[in-house]
Parts: sequence; C-alpha cells; structure tokens
Amino acid sequence: MALTISWIAVVIILITATGLLIVRDWRWSIILLAVQYLCMFILTLQHWPLGMASVKLVAGWMSAAILGMTRSNFAAQDFEETGIWPRGRLFRLFAAGMVLLIVSVVTPKVDTMMADAGYAVTGGSLLLIGLGLLHLGITSNILRVVIGLMTVLSGFEILYSTVEGSILVAALLAVINLGLALVGGYLLIASNTPDGVESE
Amino acid sequence: MNAPTIWIAFPIGVGILLLLISNQRVLSVLGGVIAFVLAVTAQFVPIELAMSVGGISLKIDSSLTVLGRTLLIQPAEGPLLALIYGAVALWFFGAEASKSANRLVPLGFMITALMVASIAVQPFLYAALFIEMAILLAIPMLTSMNRIPSKGITRFLIYQTLAMPFILLAGWLLGGVETSPGDLALAGQSASMLGLGFAFLLAIFPLYTWVPMLSEEVSPYILGFLLWILPTITIIFGAGFLDRYSWLRASPQLTIALRLAGLAMLVTGGLFAAFQRNLARILAYGAIVETGFSILALSVDLRLGIPILFLLIPSRALGLAVWSLSVTVIKEQVETMRFGATQGVLRILPFAGTGMIVAALSTGAFPLLAGFPARLALWESLGRESISAALWMAVGIVGLLVSAIRSLAVISMAEEYASWEPRESWTQRLMLGVGVIGLFVLGIFPQAIQHFLTNLPLMFEHLGR
Repeated sequence: MALTISWIAVVIILITATGLLIVRDWRWSIILLAVQYLCMFILTLQHWPLGMASVKLVAGWMSAAILGMTRSNFAAQDFEETGIWPRGRLFRLFAAGMVLLIVSVVTPKVDTMMADAGYAVTGGSLLLIGLGLLHLGITSNILRVVIGLMTVLSGFEILYSTVEGSILVAALLAVINLGLALVGGYLLIASNTPDGVESE
Repeated sequence: MNAPTIWIAFPIGVGILLLLISNQRVLSVLGGVIAFVLAVTAQFVPIELAMSVGGISLKIDSSLTVLGRTLLIQPAEGPLLALIYGAVALWFFGAEASKSANRLVPLGFMITALMVASIAVQPFLYAALFIEMAILLAIPMLTSMNRIPSKGITRFLIYQTLAMPFILLAGWLLGGVETSPGDLALAGQSASMLGLGFAFLLAIFPLYTWVPMLSEEVSPYILGFLLWILPTITIIFGAGFLDRYSWLRASPQLTIALRLAGLAMLVTGGLFAAFQRNLARILAYGAIVETGFSILALSVDLRLGIPILFLLIPSRALGLAVWSLSVTVIKEQVETMRFGATQGVLRILPFAGTGMIVAALSTGAFPLLAGFPARLALWESLGRESISAALWMAVGIVGLLVSAIRSLAVISMAEEYASWEPRESWTQRLMLGVGVIGLFVLGIFPQAIQHFLTNLPLMFEHLGR
C-alpha cells in the first residue's frame, strides 16, 4: 500500500514539476508548488516518522504561502522571459521528457548509492532535482528562480532523509526553505518597486 | 557561560538589535567596538580553563548542545575567532566611510556568527547548512528593497544554494568511504560530489561569473566583505575535510585537482583583470585571484600550506577592505566605473585612488606590501613541487600587476592644468590612510602578526604538523 502511494506521489511530482515549467500564471505555480510539497511529505514518510516529515510539509506550505502572498500584491502579469534560448511550452515539455529519460536510467544506480532508499523515493527525488535544475536553467524571473531552487532542494531533502534523521538537520533545512521564500519575497518586492533603480 | 553563546548567539542577537539603529556613525562605531571586544576576548580569555576575576571563578565551556547536536569551539580555535572578529571590526569601522553601515553592520554580525557556527557545528559537515543561511542573509545585504535585483544577485543565490546539497551528500558518502576504504568507485563519487560543492561555494572557475557581475551592480564595500568572509571560512571548512579523512589528504589526485583549480582562478582572474576596463570588475577579479591563492596553498605540502593559508587571511582582509572602500568612494563621484569615466580621478580622490592602487598591488604580490610575504612563501613552496605551476602562478600575478598599472595610468590621466581638489570626507581619508599604512606595515613587518598566527594550525588534528 505504502509503495503504491509512493509511486502515485512520484507521478504527481512529474506532473507538478513539469507543470511548474510550463504554466504562466503565478497562481498555478504556487498551487503546484504546494501539491509538490505534499508529495515530498509522502515520500519522506517512507523513512522518517510522521512528526518529522510533517516539518517539511508545514515549512514547504508556509514557503509557498509567503511567495503567493507577496506576489499577490503586484499587478497581474504573466511570467516574462527574455533571452536567446527557446522558451516555448513544447520545448519545455521536450526538455522535461529528456530529464525523465535520464532519471529513469540513473535511478537504479543512485538507489544503490543511497542505501537502497527505494526506487520510488530515489526516482521522485531525482525528478525534482532534474526538473528543478532545468527550471533554473531556462529562467531569470525571480519567482521562477526561487521556485526552481525550492524544487531542487525538495528533491535533495527527500534523498537526504533516507540517510540522515537528525532533528537539527530537519530544523535547519526547514529554516533554509522559509529563508529562501523570504528572500524570494524580498526580491519580488524589490523587482516590482515602481521607482526602482536598475543597479547601483 | 559557553563559547558558542559568546561568539555565535551573542553576535546574532547584537545584529538583530542593531537593525533598529539607523545612524551610520553609531552603527559603525558600535559594531566595530563590539566585534573588537569579541576578538580580544577570543585571543586572551582561555576556553575550558577556570579563571578567577575579582574573587569570582569563571570558566568558558567549549560546547553548547542544540537539538541533539553540538556546537563546539575548541580552545585551539580562539586565535582564529580573534582573527575573524578582528577583521570584522576593521570592516565595520570602515562601514561609515562607505555609507553602507546600516546594511553591513547588523547583517554582517549575523553572517559572521553563522560562518563561525559552520566551523563549530558537530558533525562538521552540517556546516553547509549554516553557510547557506549566511548566503540567504547576504541577499538583503547586497540589494535594497528599492532597487531592481540584478542578474548577478540571482546567479549568486542559485550557485551558492546549489553547493549545499552537494556538500551534505558528499559528507554522507565520505562516511561510507571511511567504513569501506577499498571501494574506489564510492571514493570517486564522494570526491566528485565534494569538489562540485566547493566549486559552487568558492566560485571556482568557471563558476565565478556572478562575482564580476555583482561588482558592477552592488556596493563594492558590501561585496568586498562577502568576498572576504565567505571564501575565507569556507576554505577553513574545506581544510577540515582534509584533516578528517586521511585518504583524501593522501590522495595525489586531490592535490592535482586543487592545484589546477587554484591556478585556473589565478590565471583567468589575473588575465581578465589585465584586460578589464572597469575598476569595479578589476576588484572582483582581484578577489577571485585571492581565493585562487588560498586554494593553491592547500595543494602544496600541508606542513607549509596550512601556515601559508592562515598567513593569507590578514592580508586578504585588509587588502580587500581598502580596495573595496576605495572603489566605493570612487563610485560615488563618477557616472560609471569604466576607464573612460574615471580618467583623472586621482586629482579629486587622491586617497581613494592611492588606496585602490596599493591594495591591487598588494594582491598582486608587490614587494613591501601586505600580500607579498604570504605569496612569496606560497610561490617558493609551489616551485619546489612544480616549476610549471609556479610559472603559471607568475602569469596570474603579472596579470594583476598589469591591471594595477593600467588603473594607475587611467586615474592619473588628468588634464594638464587640473588642480588637486580632494573630495573625500575626513572619515574616508582617515580610514583609507590607516588602511594603506596597514598594508605597508604588514608587508614590511610580517612578523608583527605572527604571534596571532603561530597557534592557528593547532585547530586541525593532522594538518600543518
């Protein structure tokens, strides 16, 4: 039963992380991020007790709320991307497919390295890391960058929870997640300052 | 009373309280004095040794337990704390002259305390978590709410954050290598993971693109502070890995990798600086070269390399402080930091111009300046092991010296009858003057600070012996 739920969580992670790549409405991004943290909680539960795994869920949802509340203060606008790289939805889907392919190939090897954490846990975490890195590689939008970093860290936290059960580490990682959201909120406010100066 | 409370919790508390003060001078003086007192305490008050003060028996315990783990400041780490907080006091005293005290002092205290926590935490690989927290605090320090964050800021955040997972996972893998030393594949994987983590954290070539980008976008003084404290303590943390794992210490591949990484930073930083036409970016490449020297020090015989690593710290702190303060003062008076806009500024900013050139020359190992003794010792040690590596080091140094001479030519290129009209404030003149004198003093009398550095290698169990 637990294994089935884990695999369902992995499928949802694939959908949310890919969704984060292609959606243009920030509201959907925040919702997908929150769902992603729920799946992360399910995968962490495979190795951690409920109390400690809940820390990740609460910290993740609080981070999503911080970003959402900050973003809601500004005029509605889609993510704007500039640059030389192709950034269409089809390209992003193709790139996400490539990440999925790579993850499915390396999962068994990484699983052996990570003390047989389980394919679902390892695969789910690698998907988050891979798609998060892809996200970071194709955006310069502040909200997207922070979401990308949170996605990468979520993947890492799942993987790390299989080998490390320290309360201090769980607490510090929660603080880092919240700190990242606060920094994201700070940068979002700065980037939307009406009289903002480009640089010093 | 325990050491982590004094040198970690107390500075964080002070930093939070100082956020309530907005007066630049008060912040600068108060922050500088508190940091100086912390440095003096670290140097002269022994840890884990009972003392009698006015009939009262006092003892500073070395450890503090937090959530089942320990923050441990060993007695041998006292001189290091003195060095760190002493240098922080220097930066804080100069903060008023750079007009950045309201961001530098409060957040600087918190960042310093977190970096100290990264050295103190047990198991030591959790340090990556504290460093990441310091990185997050650095963002509001670098940019204010009324400025649009630049690409350099986002790149800094991304690169530094990506380091943490690599180092934590590498730490776990290294534990596995300890239990099964024959597993070469695992050793290779953990070493690669560790290398990637430190490459992100120390901004090793080619991951240092954010440094020159930031130098153009944010206050050079604040950037200088970060480019001093983050790499300095990260390298000490990295040396901790070498101290802990004997197979890593004995690995010839690691020595080669460290040497290549150090030389890559030195050569590329030096050459990019030589061809650069922007004074702020030259400062950034200077800081990159400084990190290159430190990494290179870890690649030579560690009995010499570790003392050299510690010898590099004071000159780096003072050199970067003077250089970044000078660039900050120049930036206030010119439209851009490009050569075209800074021609002849020596006539209106003689102290800042002199400070910038002297600090750049010091970084470039110019004789009689602070950077010279450590670089000479490093060059000699490197030359004993590899002549070609020593020659490449010379290429980097020549690049930096060329950039310093080009900068001097540009800032002194005033119109023929332009008069000398110094525009620096008295505080700026005082801080820059004292800093430049300090660079000469450290260069001419390097033994003056030897008393503080002699016992520093004792903080390691195996390195530097």
